[in-house]
Amino acid sequence: MVENTLNNLQPGEKARIVKVLAKGTVRRKLMDMGLVPGSEIEVIRTAPLGDPIEFRIKGYSLSIRKQEAVNIVVDTVA
Amino acid sequence: MCAGEMKIEKIRVALTGNPNVGKTTLFNVITGSRQHVGNWPGVTVEKKSGFKQYKGYEIEVVDLPGTYSLTAYSLDEIVARDFIVDERPDVVVQIVDATNIERNLYLTTQLMELGSKMIIALNMYDLAEERGDKLHVTKMEKILSMPVVLTIASKNIGMSELLDTVITEKQKVKHHGREIGYGDEIESRIIEIEKVLSQDKDLTSRYPLRWLAVRLLDGDENILRKIAGSSVATQIKTILTSLDIEEYEAMMADKRYEVISAVFPQMCERCMTRMTTSDMVDRVMTNKYLGIPIFLALMWAAFELTFSFATPFMTIVERIFVWLGEISAAYIRPEWLASLVGEGIIGGVGSVFSFIPNIFILFFLLSMLEDSGYLARAAFIVDRVMYKIGLQGKSFIPMLLGFGCNVPAIMATRSIEDRMDRMATIMVVPFISCGARLPIYILFAGTFFSENAGTVIFCIYLLGILVAVGSAKLLRTTALKGHPAPFILELPPYRIPNLNTSIRHMWDNGSMYIQKAGTIILGGSVVIWLLAALPWGVEYGSEQTFIGLLGHAIQPLMEPLGFDWKLSVSLLFGFVAKEIVVASMGVLYGVGDDQIALTDSLLADPHLSQLTALSLMVFSLLYMPCIAAVGIIKKETGSWKWTAFSVAYGLAVAWLLAFAVFHGGKMFI
Repeated sequence: MVENTLNNLQPGEKARIVKVLAKGTVRRKLMDMGLVPGSEIEVIRTAPLGDPIEFRIKGYSLSIRKQEAVNIVVDTVA
Repeated sequence: MCAGEMKIEKIRVALTGNPNVGKTTLFNVITGSRQHVGNWPGVTVEKKSGFKQYKGYEIEVVDLPGTYSLTAYSLDEIVARDFIVDERPDVVVQIVDATNIERNLYLTTQLMELGSKMIIALNMYDLAEERGDKLHVTKMEKILSMPVVLTIASKNIGMSELLDTVITEKQKVKHHGREIGYGDEIESRIIEIEKVLSQDKDLTSRYPLRWLAVRLLDGDENILRKIAGSSVATQIKTILTSLDIEEYEAMMADKRYEVISAVFPQMCERCMTRMTTSDMVDRVMTNKYLGIPIFLALMWAAFELTFSFATPFMTIVERIFVWLGEISAAYIRPEWLASLVGEGIIGGVGSVFSFIPNIFILFFLLSMLEDSGYLARAAFIVDRVMYKIGLQGKSFIPMLLGFGCNVPAIMATRSIEDRMDRMATIMVVPFISCGARLPIYILFAGTFFSENAGTVIFCIYLLGILVAVGSAKLLRTTALKGHPAPFILELPPYRIPNLNTSIRHMWDNGSMYIQKAGTIILGGSVVIWLLAALPWGVEYGSEQTFIGLLGHAIQPLMEPLGFDWKLSVSLLFGFVAKEIVVASMGVLYGVGDDQIALTDSLLADPHLSQLTALSLMVFSLLYMPCIAAVGIIKKETGSWKWTAFSVAYGLAVAWLLAFAVFHGGKMFI
């Protein structure tokens, strides 16, 4: 198990969320969308211009910018 | 007993659900044409309600804004939950996407706490079954303690079952008692707060206390304000400040999802993620290399359809109004009345209606793009560029449409949820050079830069884009300062758009435009007519009219830009619609509609030079949008202050840049 942040994962990689470091509204919104500790998350792709990133979580596709992904700590299954 | 004596029982139903679950389609299918579209009191969030006569009941359906949660960080969420808590609808129906139950249930856990009778409409269950999911409806009903009805709104399946269930639920005295248990630590806090709250009889009668307690522990500032006037407010505050609310917030969200993941497998078997057709489509549509070309091609197609396709219809509409104007000129006496009716009123109504083809086609296309799931991908693809200039992915389409006409472009900003992003987009769209400004460039660039006319016009367009980008940056660091909204966007599965929904969307927005913006546009047109017709006895639109005098009056202000009174007057007319600038120059130079004669007179005018022409083009590009755009800005921002700002800012930028061009250019010549 390696601790990492979500922005560093490559497409196809899966991880488990450990912590959401964002604050305030952003944190709330991320939690509402299912980004809570323990959730499994998979990187699908990055946008053609390199940002944002598309993830699969709780069975649906979600996109967030890298700057938000930096604040999401994950455990990657090596 | 005859029918007239029967008392019709009324039932009020609130529709809720996540975005992209087919809520609008279901609403349209149930209520048909008996709908009312308006705004929620005091906010610019759209409110839709409709009626349905069913088995002797008059069922009122209120379509609440689509939300992922009710934690009240957006206007949509506040509107939705205030309606449920304050207006107490008889039954709340949550539409759940059967292919995405797990995330949808998060909203359910919050709705359950509001203390209303609830029903789940498990929509699009055919899609879930097609991909091999096994839905256990009875189990789901038992776990959630509420009825679950299978529906496919787009195919009109399950609607009468849903309405039957609404009637049965309404009749029930007791309703579901299921609530999320948050674990010992939080539960003891909830009880503690509930106890304090129960001392206030008013709060007790108005709100479910457990819900209030949960919301307070969740750090909900909106609820804190709600109880601010209560006798127990200080006591509550003391309890809350002793706790780490952020920690509680996270624990509670965790708990909700934990409960959901515990029960979810019992409701749906094999509901796991698999490669679906939608994923395969996305491999192409958002592909690293193909994504952008496809995006550009689709945007080009949308633009062409909105504007080129609409042109013949626009011409027809315009011809009808010209014809009506001629009739009024021929038959109405006295002449001034004919002019008021013909040029003021019919002209004004005509300019309102000439946008109708654009707006109808635009909203039809936008609805198709949104329903198909592509709109979210478009935002995903282009977000990076737009974010760099202080906007976001969803600002792109409005800005693109601005090249055709600013009016539908400003209306298209509705897909942007974040208010700051939306305001910034509305404020910069007027700098995008719309089609109506092109005749001005063609006339002046053609007359004064004959060989380089194309390059000059291109530069003017480019300048508009640059000013829009610069203004977005500027606004984001001043009036609309603050952290840019995070980009947290669901990319819904691709689906075949529903034709009825798109037609309805087109119709609703088109009629809204006529009602709301139309009145302002018509009023403005009549005012301009009065200015151009009065005082008595002078020729319409000539130097002696009020508008002519006004042109002279602002002349000193325009002198530094190189404009004489004729240009100033023409620019004043441009406020009605920018294409009128050229026509009114024809009148002022006494050549009428004759373009060649106008070109000759312009060249012969000693006051005009290449620099004046450039300065005029720059000014025309940037100065206040036309009346129609102002009307729509007022309608969409809901604020006269922002409308006034938009006009004043445009004028200031136009003046400064025209000044810079005129005097900067002098140094080179």
